[in-house]
Amino acid sequence: MGFKHKDIIALKDLTKEEIELLIGTAENMREINSRDIKKVPTLRGKTIINLFYESSTRTRTSFEIAGKRLSADTVNISPSTSSATKGETLSDTALNLLAMKPDIIVMRHAISGSHYFLAKRISCSIINAGDGAHEHPSQGLLDMLTMKDRFGRLDGLKVAIIGDITHSRVARSDIAGLTKLGSHVYLAGPPTMMPPGVERLGNVTVCTTMKEAIQDADVVMMLRIQQERQGKTLMPNAREYSRYFGLTPENLKFAKPDAMVMHPGPINRGVEMSSYVVDGPQSHILKQVENGVAVRMAMLYHVSGGELATE
Amino acid sequence: MADEQTVILDSTGVKRALTRIAHEILERNKGIANLVLVGIRTGGVHLAHELARSLEEIEGVKVPVGAIDITLYRDDIKGHAQHLPVGRTEIPFTLEGQKVVLVDDVLFTGRTIRAAMDALMDHGRATCIQLAVLIDRGHRELPIRADFVGRNVPTSIKENIVVNFDAKDRPTDVVLKK
Amino acid sequence: MNLLIKGGRVIDPSQKIDDTLDILVAGGKVKEIGKGLQAPAGAETIDAKGLIVTPGLIDMHVHLRDPGLEYKEDIVTGTRAAAAGGFTSVACMPNTKPVNDNKAVTSYIIAKAKSEGLVNVFPIGAITYGSNGERMAEMGELKEAGCVAVSDDGKPVVNSELMRRALEYARGMGILLISHAEDLCLVGEGVMNEGFTSTELGLKGIPRVAEDIATARELLLAEYTSSPLHIAHVSTSGSIQLIRDAKARGVKVTCETAPHYFTLTDDAVRGYNTNAKMNPPLREAADVAAVKAGLADGTIDAIATDHAPHHLDEKDVEFNLALNGIVGLETSLPLGLRLVTEGVLTLPALVEKLSYNPAKILSLERGTLKAGAVADITVIDPNKEWTVTEEGLASKSKNSPWLGEKMKGAAAYTIVGGKVVFKR
Repeated sequence: MGFKHKDIIALKDLTKEEIELLIGTAENMREINSRDIKKVPTLRGKTIINLFYESSTRTRTSFEIAGKRLSADTVNISPSTSSATKGETLSDTALNLLAMKPDIIVMRHAISGSHYFLAKRISCSIINAGDGAHEHPSQGLLDMLTMKDRFGRLDGLKVAIIGDITHSRVARSDIAGLTKLGSHVYLAGPPTMMPPGVERLGNVTVCTTMKEAIQDADVVMMLRIQQERQGKTLMPNAREYSRYFGLTPENLKFAKPDAMVMHPGPINRGVEMSSYVVDGPQSHILKQVENGVAVRMAMLYHVSGGELATE
Repeated sequence: MADEQTVILDSTGVKRALTRIAHEILERNKGIANLVLVGIRTGGVHLAHELARSLEEIEGVKVPVGAIDITLYRDDIKGHAQHLPVGRTEIPFTLEGQKVVLVDDVLFTGRTIRAAMDALMDHGRATCIQLAVLIDRGHRELPIRADFVGRNVPTSIKENIVVNFDAKDRPTDVVLKK
Repeated sequence: MNLLIKGGRVIDPSQKIDDTLDILVAGGKVKEIGKGLQAPAGAETIDAKGLIVTPGLIDMHVHLRDPGLEYKEDIVTGTRAAAAGGFTSVACMPNTKPVNDNKAVTSYIIAKAKSEGLVNVFPIGAITYGSNGERMAEMGELKEAGCVAVSDDGKPVVNSELMRRALEYARGMGILLISHAEDLCLVGEGVMNEGFTSTELGLKGIPRVAEDIATARELLLAEYTSSPLHIAHVSTSGSIQLIRDAKARGVKVTCETAPHYFTLTDDAVRGYNTNAKMNPPLREAADVAAVKAGLADGTIDAIATDHAPHHLDEKDVEFNLALNGIVGLETSLPLGLRLVTEGVLTLPALVEKLSYNPAKILSLERGTLKAGAVADITVIDPNKEWTVTEEGLASKSKNSPWLGEKMKGAAAYTIVGGKVVFKR
């Protein structure tokens, strides 16, 4: 079974088998990351442009390391250092970059669907590193890989996602991926952060309380809450949010005893999660970051394609 | 299209060839001190375990066996087509100061061996690398030669040689397909 | 120049006519309507057998982009698109550059339309200066200069006190006020209808209640001030119900919807299609059904296109950055005819919504084929099959969600003041 896509824009667009292949490749890529010489020659001579219209430390660094470990040349472009501030359109920026013959563009953009817009116009591969509130497929894949590490499977899991679902591309990618692989997602958050029809996105149950969502959960995934973003009309303040939707050692007890706790980062300690949980024994947050590199290596590897001559 | 098949080695033949290779390895390396076997996925790994069993029968000591996947080291990745799945590399021991016997089932163009050697180098600096193959079918495209060969089989470029394994990954026979 | 239109199915709601008749046009007026009319010497004859003859269609809500935004459309190309779509009159919204909030702009539009336009152009003036919702524009003088209504279309009048006074003042000046009903706070940064599709696409939603609340305010103000009110581009089941109830109470309200609101749902946005981005946004199936029901029971008086040409550069961008609006003049008639095929409207009822009612709402002496009326006539070929293409559109802009789609029905002749301005 092979991977036939030029781009990876959304887990929604991939089949169960394709998602499993990406996760499987990532599992095997991890061996490289544990060596002294953390490099393989696979993408030697390939050029990867990391085009980040939104700030990001973790995702951009992770993609950059992933590219370098596969021996690709990686170039980072972010709006403050590019012509985006000069009013160049995304289409023009991309066409100009394309003229420099990159093989893969990894892009983060604030507007949902920008990657589809780009994919129609340029010939190189495009990987979505997050678009608006649409999808964040590499995060979805690394979340699933981390769950698979813990449970050895990705079907039949009860995964609770707590927070601002409306604005979360992570939630959408997790829902798409986990649903395809046969797990069930329970959502909780204030109704102000729950988008209409979200239960139709997959195997999704919307819960009225956080307790209901995390009851007997295998995984509790907390989303980032930013006072700047949700503060205006979606909640009174971070303090009250934390009281009703923050994860603490006390309410974590409602989940299964060995439940894993995850967070896509960056964490607002004391808001969506108590530091006791972040640093506690059930936290897999750093494992997620670690798996991020392997997952992104797998994505870069599979989109860069390879016709293998038969030996 | 049903392929025309000729059995080149049956299971006894394979066993004999591997036993001979085991003796040659011991002779060449004067024992099994600092010796490790690394098989190339997937056939080479099975054969490395067979060789380890032979060595253990002779010397009474287990030789460490590793597995290497060379997919990421191939030189024929191109275009936007599908990519082969990446297998797992497992070398649960250090290569520093070790004599490595690289094991593969069939030696053909030499490109796989080149990739495997590059991969091994990235895992550490072995004292030396030797190559053991069950079948050498010729048609080399790189200056590579095996140290231990089970059987030399002259083939035409269009033919194919397959080493078959049973459900327990034990070699059953070697066939030539036209 | 005399003209005889022979043997067509003449539909004239003003006289309750639906019969195979001949129409004789002379001196730019309808001279006679009847059976077996003879062409006077030198008269041109149109054989209308198998065709439908109606009073000239009127689109009471278009954006001609002239003056100031001629890169999108101008009075020449806009009226050419209107003629191709079977429209003999259009009423153009004031959001030009500068805004049509004074008689100089109004006079410019009228003069240019008279000299270069193919169809009648009736300007709509602004309610407030610059349509910025702060101070009432000179509605009296706008009316005198030729404006047929006032509207800040594109934006609501946010200040309720100002809206109340504008309704009262417009009533006093005898000019109709057209409301763009939208609660901007509820719209927020929304770019499409709020619903399952927006959730799936991760796009910010515009809730239906943003339109409903604003519609309710306008209705209450019109009722309180006993002023006539027209509500533009109605798109939600909620606002239609509010208007239905208000009409039953005797509020002097009329309203229009656009072909896209009875044809498309927000599913058209999938693929981040910017040609499906408009304001109000495409809604859901229940709203489409409510729009059809509103058309059928007369709650919705008129079909207007909200023809909103935009340059490729303004549409060929990321979804959030694309401007709102689509061109509609050339697709309105066949989409309206679909309602007849579906049994939502009878053909005479469709003609009412496309001609007679808009004329009545804007107090235009048109929308009729009575003897003596201005000879604005549309001859429709209901069976003409054609495909919407960029090259085929007469409009300067090509932002249509129906590109590549097959249409049935088209204008065969568009006749303005007795003169054939378009012939397919």
